[in-house]
Amino acid sequence: MDIIVCIKRVPETAEADLVIDGTKKAIETDDLVYSINEWDNYAVEAAIQLKEAEGGTITVISVGPEENNEVLRRALAMGADEAIRLTDPAFEGSDAYAMAKVLAAAIKDMPHDLILTGVQADDDGFGATGVALAQMLGLPYAALVTDIKKEGDTLTVHRELEGGLEEVDTLKLPALLTIQTGINEPRYVSIMGIRRVAKKEIAAKGAADLGLSENDVGLNGSMSQIEELFFPPVGEGAEIIEGTMDEKAETLVKILKERGGIA
Amino acid sequence: MEKNAGGSFLLETADPDDIFTPEDMTEEHKLVAKAAEEFLLGEVAPVIDDLEAKKEGLMPQLLRKSAEVGLMGGDIPEEYGGMGLDKISSLIITEKVPLGGPFAVANVDHTGIGSLPIVYFGNDEQKKRYLPGLANGELIGSYALTEPEAGTDALNAKTTATLSEGGKYYILNGEKQFITNAGYADIFITYAKIDGEQFTGFIIDRDSEGLSLGEEEDKMGIRGTSTRSLILDNVKVPVENLLFKPGKGHVVAFNILNIGRYKLGGACVGAAKLALADTIQYAKSRVQFGHPIADFGLIKEKIGEMVIRTFVAESMVYRNAGLIEDRLKDIDMTSPEAGFESARGIEEYATECSINKVYGSEMLDYVVDEAVQIHGGYGYIKDYPVERYYRDSRINRIFEGTNEINRLLILRMLLRRALKGELPLVQAMKQAASDLLKPSGLRQAPQEGMEMLESLTENAKKIGLLVAGAVYQAHPDDLSEQQELIGMISDIIIEIFAMDSLLARVKKMMKRNNGEMPEIPGAIANVYVIDAMMRIERWAKLIFAAVAQGDVLRTQLSALKRLTRYMPVNSVALRRKVADRVLQAGRYLVS
Repeated sequence: MDIIVCIKRVPETAEADLVIDGTKKAIETDDLVYSINEWDNYAVEAAIQLKEAEGGTITVISVGPEENNEVLRRALAMGADEAIRLTDPAFEGSDAYAMAKVLAAAIKDMPHDLILTGVQADDDGFGATGVALAQMLGLPYAALVTDIKKEGDTLTVHRELEGGLEEVDTLKLPALLTIQTGINEPRYVSIMGIRRVAKKEIAAKGAADLGLSENDVGLNGSMSQIEELFFPPVGEGAEIIEGTMDEKAETLVKILKERGGIA
Repeated sequence: MEKNAGGSFLLETADPDDIFTPEDMTEEHKLVAKAAEEFLLGEVAPVIDDLEAKKEGLMPQLLRKSAEVGLMGGDIPEEYGGMGLDKISSLIITEKVPLGGPFAVANVDHTGIGSLPIVYFGNDEQKKRYLPGLANGELIGSYALTEPEAGTDALNAKTTATLSEGGKYYILNGEKQFITNAGYADIFITYAKIDGEQFTGFIIDRDSEGLSLGEEEDKMGIRGTSTRSLILDNVKVPVENLLFKPGKGHVVAFNILNIGRYKLGGACVGAAKLALADTIQYAKSRVQFGHPIADFGLIKEKIGEMVIRTFVAESMVYRNAGLIEDRLKDIDMTSPEAGFESARGIEEYATECSINKVYGSEMLDYVVDEAVQIHGGYGYIKDYPVERYYRDSRINRIFEGTNEINRLLILRMLLRRALKGELPLVQAMKQAASDLLKPSGLRQAPQEGMEMLESLTENAKKIGLLVAGAVYQAHPDDLSEQQELIGMISDIIIEIFAMDSLLARVKKMMKRNNGEMPEIPGAIANVYVIDAMMRIERWAKLIFAAVAQGDVLRTQLSALKRLTRYMPVNSVALRRKVADRVLQAGRYLVS
């Protein structure tokens, strides 16, 4: 089975102090630490587990500058076989739709039985690239997947729904799945693995190699664009508790007690 | 003198292109760092409290598990089941392991002194028997050198080895103490005197008859590691387990300690970055007088200085790793001569290794002390990790050779190289002394920028040569009795290596920055070099006053004055700038 996994390199923003840059459409990223998008890491692990059970190949694809080789090589060290980086200044400003066009252009001529992506990206949170890609390639898809079983050319997948519901679906291969966190426990990257793939070539392809024009991608090829990024103003009725962790906890308990939240 | 020869930093200015700096890390190096970090944060950091409580079996379990991602066999050659990593990758791992608290000491003990004696000095059969297990986690290594009566004076060991009748075994008797990893080690690398005379290395298997362990020591810090004594009561050690050559135990012991020393410097850099990250977060969140305490000058001054010293130590250890890598990389580790060749290569940089040990451990003690101070009362309470950092740091100045013995070694090893004709130190000392008499021989420093810093560093080297020469001349026959003076000379030499490594790194950054001094590293270089000059001037005065009087002393002091003339920089503003940068980034980040 030939599996393709689309992965993204994203800044770790959860605990950083973010600053909005001069364009008011993005954040300053110079000081941020970058990693593989968390959902995509689960997708890579899911692909490796399927390959271990079924055989086949895994190709990882990422769109972005040379720094993205870091997440691609990381996936190779975990167990992927090939890596391709799609890169072109024209890709800048692409929304999920334009990004899906870039990925589709690369994937359409590659053998693929199964395409995996993360449910969403940690930075822009579109949650749409995977399903848009499935549409463009004309593949059946399932989103929010938390379990995968393969029998012949049929996949049985579980999907995590709101309210604690779990849905079971079947799809015919080839298909696309967007992977939810928690589907597996991604393995650690070993230094032996890093050494094994240290010399491996990572192919880079631009818009022209993919047969895309400037109008297909970037802002021109997008259906939406970012207008503004801002921190919501502190609203009425909200109280920000200041202090150390302990002081915050103490104040919180006091407030909850006063207002009858706890006994 | 060969390019980049051991000790050459004292005589010439480093060419930045020859020096490895953290900015030279490859994509592979960065992946190694991240892989180590992910494992340590995922598997070890969450159970540090259990490690501290000495939860039965947890540490060996984590050590063995860490072998799966490659944290146990980095320095073991591929031919013997390890990874044969370059010394930079290996240092990167060492810098990351403090994320696992006490795991760091257990891991570095295993990968360093617990395995390297076999890597460098074992014969092929010993390597085949032990190294694959040490790399894959089946075996945990430990190093037993210290005895109750022989600590720093290691060669005074009382443990004996006697060849059995029939010549199949050595019978070992004695006691070793303070053995890290003892409780769960599978092998012990130890030393005994054959027939009470020839100091010799041995590999002892855990299950040897007659081998037993003392009680766990109740330690101030690194409480999660096992530290016990090793009691050898007529232990039969097969003759095949004799390490290297009879009577050559000191070659093994001292060279392995050299590696242990610069690795320790690397671990201290990693630990300092952790303490800084915690402190930065705390200073930003703790509000007093209506402001985060990070806004206050005295807090910024501390944070700025913590960053500066961490950056300097980092420049030093990576330079040293690069030097050793260059010297050892071409040695065929399967050859029977590998031991001798490696020993020569490592010994060449013995001075640099000791410098890194002393500087790294004292830098970390400073950093954790200020980390506790910035946390105020909370820093004294176990709820905050800085309390543990403070306790865990203290041992670094003691083990792998106390900082006192290392200060003596810094000068001793330089003089040894000089006497062997490998370093023209004596000529340079004479030259510096004769320059002292002609005012034109000592040019005045430029007043600002990198030129000033370079010129001051050159002057520092001259001062180092002058004081060493003056003490050498005053005490030709009883130099080794002058410990206080040797200590201060070594302090000056340490500062010289620090300044030289710092400037080489910043110059390399400048090259990549169109010749411009990058703002924060530039601020660090300015503050540090001037501060170091003030310290050097003080030590030099004290040394001169201890060996000369009258006109001779006056001449020396006037030369010193000329060599230490400079325009001070606004350290207050520069330190604030450094602090503001890391406060903004939220962690140690110098760019």
